Amino acid sequence: MARRYVSIWFRYLTTDWFTLHQPQLKTFPFVLRTSEHGRMIITAANALAEQQGITRGMVLADARAMIPSLQVSDDKPDLANKLLNRLAEWCIRFTPVVATDPPDGLILDVTGCPHLWGGDIPYLQSIITRLHTRGYHVHAAMADTIGTAWGTARFGNSIVIERSKHIDALMHLPPQALRLEPEVIERLHKLGLHQVRQFIRMPRTSLRRRFGNHFMMRLAQALGQQDEQLHPIEIPEPYHERLPCLEPIATAPGIAIALQQLLEKLCTRLQQEQKGLRKAIFKCYRVDGKTEQVNIGTHLPSYHIEHLFRLFELKLSTIEPALGIELFILEAPVVEDHFPQQEAMWQGVGGLEDVRLAELIDRFANKIGIQAIHRYLPDEHYWPERSFKEATSLQEKPTTVWLDNPRPLQLLRIPERIDVTALIPDYPPMLFRYKGKIVNIVKADGPERIEQEWWLQQGQHRDYYRVEDAAGNRYWIFRLGHYDEKVYQWFIHGFFA
Amino acid sequence: MQRQPATKVSQQKADIFAGLQADILRLQGFKTVQNTVLDSGLGPLKYAFPNATFPLGAMHEFVSAKPEETAATLGFLSGLLNILMGSNGAVLWISPSRMLFPPALKSFGLNPDRFIFIDVQKEKDALWVLDEALKCSALTAVVGELPNMSFTHSRRLQLAVEESQVTGFLLRNQPRAIGTTACISRWYISPLPSTNEDDNLPGIGFPKWHVHLQRIRNGKPGAWDIQWKDGRFAPVYQPVFTIQQTQQQAG
Repeated sequence: MARRYVSIWFRYLTTDWFTLHQPQLKTFPFVLRTSEHGRMIITAANALAEQQGITRGMVLADARAMIPSLQVSDDKPDLANKLLNRLAEWCIRFTPVVATDPPDGLILDVTGCPHLWGGDIPYLQSIITRLHTRGYHVHAAMADTIGTAWGTARFGNSIVIERSKHIDALMHLPPQALRLEPEVIERLHKLGLHQVRQFIRMPRTSLRRRFGNHFMMRLAQALGQQDEQLHPIEIPEPYHERLPCLEPIATAPGIAIALQQLLEKLCTRLQQEQKGLRKAIFKCYRVDGKTEQVNIGTHLPSYHIEHLFRLFELKLSTIEPALGIELFILEAPVVEDHFPQQEAMWQGVGGLEDVRLAELIDRFANKIGIQAIHRYLPDEHYWPERSFKEATSLQEKPTTVWLDNPRPLQLLRIPERIDVTALIPDYPPMLFRYKGKIVNIVKADGPERIEQEWWLQQGQHRDYYRVEDAAGNRYWIFRLGHYDEKVYQWFIHGFFA
Repeated sequence: MQRQPATKVSQQKADIFAGLQADILRLQGFKTVQNTVLDSGLGPLKYAFPNATFPLGAMHEFVSAKPEETAATLGFLSGLLNILMGSNGAVLWISPSRMLFPPALKSFGLNPDRFIFIDVQKEKDALWVLDEALKCSALTAVVGELPNMSFTHSRRLQLAVEESQVTGFLLRNQPRAIGTTACISRWYISPLPSTNEDDNLPGIGFPKWHVHLQRIRNGKPGAWDIQWKDGRFAPVYQPVFTIQQTQQQAG
């Protein structure tokens, strides 16, 4: 498909921004300055100042001499880039592919977009009018190539160059319109080549010899003979849906309806391609230029509209519409293959493979956080605290078996110190005191010695005993260290059923 | 007119009574569930339940006062879950301060990797999670360790399980106040001295508990001794003392 590009030129980008914040400047010639080599240099001038002959790069003192009423502000470093980025983000409502074109322009890839606004002219008019109401001086043009659009926006008269008419449009433009280096432009003018049509038919070899490769590249790009790469500020996801609104939306039901519509569109597409989304982002572009967004994640790939809607629903209340939302975008950055036959096989069976369980876990993960959800698999360690590990998914299979050693159902996170009376060394104790209560031991099993894993942790071994008192309470206690070394301690570690 | 034999008449009467009792249970909203597997292990305990079947799709409440009792409760509960889960069940375990040691479930024949643990700190979140989980029929059972539960909340939970037929277990460890709940049963499990096959062997035997079913809707409350032996419940039959006998012993 033939591509279409729009180039937008903000002629007074930074001065316009200052004027927005200090409206009284509108009626005065106004410049921005910065110091360079001990002199004050003008970096930008507004329309009134330019009319009176002030240009970028002049020394401030000269300008003051020309216009005594000149208003001056300090330029902010990097302001132009920040403004361009912000404006580019705002322009996403017109097309998903927007790139900045420093120092003072934007380039939009509008292929397939203008018909939504009723044609090329209304589309471009709408962009210009809305940027103008925001307070910026804007020149814009639409053409088949970036080069032509750029040149026409800055040096041309028309705003829309019809399809495949871009070469004709270039003919009457000056050589500056081709985005050339200043010395090349100067040389062209010196040779009397003041319009593109004067040199476009010259033999390529002599042009290359005189003006270099860069010149040839720019010319080819403007003519559409060579492709030009755009670097969009936000790379559109392959799976995404847009919903522009005629009127700004500011109510919760309105947002919910928008989300529902986007989900329906996206899920139908995913279903047709046998894909399911793992992550989704719902973005809301507000009238005032800010963006609100909510993210969700799923445990299994899913295109189940109802389920995804419920996940979003938990977070929709965090969206602040302010004056209203103009554009909704639903993106699916992570998409995986999803085969419904498999799903049907597990339907209604219950258990870990059931889709309903995965959906339930998704809801928990999105509401209270994934860190609260645990599933454990056996790990090949005897040390009790390390005998299990966290599973990464619901379906992960254990790599080893669960050992069937006697272990207590209730385990203290940190073993607690107890005072013990033991008659015979290396024998189970006779009684111990725990939380001020004396437990007389009637029956005991053990010891079960568990050694430290020296490659993980240094320390003494544990000798575990299972003990039971007269009432039938069963405990898991251990001695840390050897009895005969005199440096041992007793701990209680758990309660048996 | 031919007279029927007396035994046959009484047989007919018994049939009528059984039919009427079943009707009453049905009218009271009790749904019959076929779960003969669960009852086989419980022995005399099962006659406490309505229709002599362990009520699934309902909330059960376990109260414990000490960590030792909590451990015993968990043991009894693990035994129940063992029968409930079969080979393909999944259990959700909700707890604000979890002390359960997953590998220990293995000794009750459970597969610890079929358990999903949700650790929520806030009581409000825990209730929400419990409510949502009980509505998910893909789960076999849901265990919630929530010491304090108001009647309103328990009623919500009971309504949720009645629709989804998930069995819910509420573990109340050291509750502030027992109060009334809409759970259909209330259990107190306390540990008993373990016994071996014969008492001469040294060491600890099979885990044994005193099960006190304080309250059961449509059933008969009671108390039993039960132990976990060879991977299944084994009821412990003891000579029953009458009141006079205990009084004689005491005085």
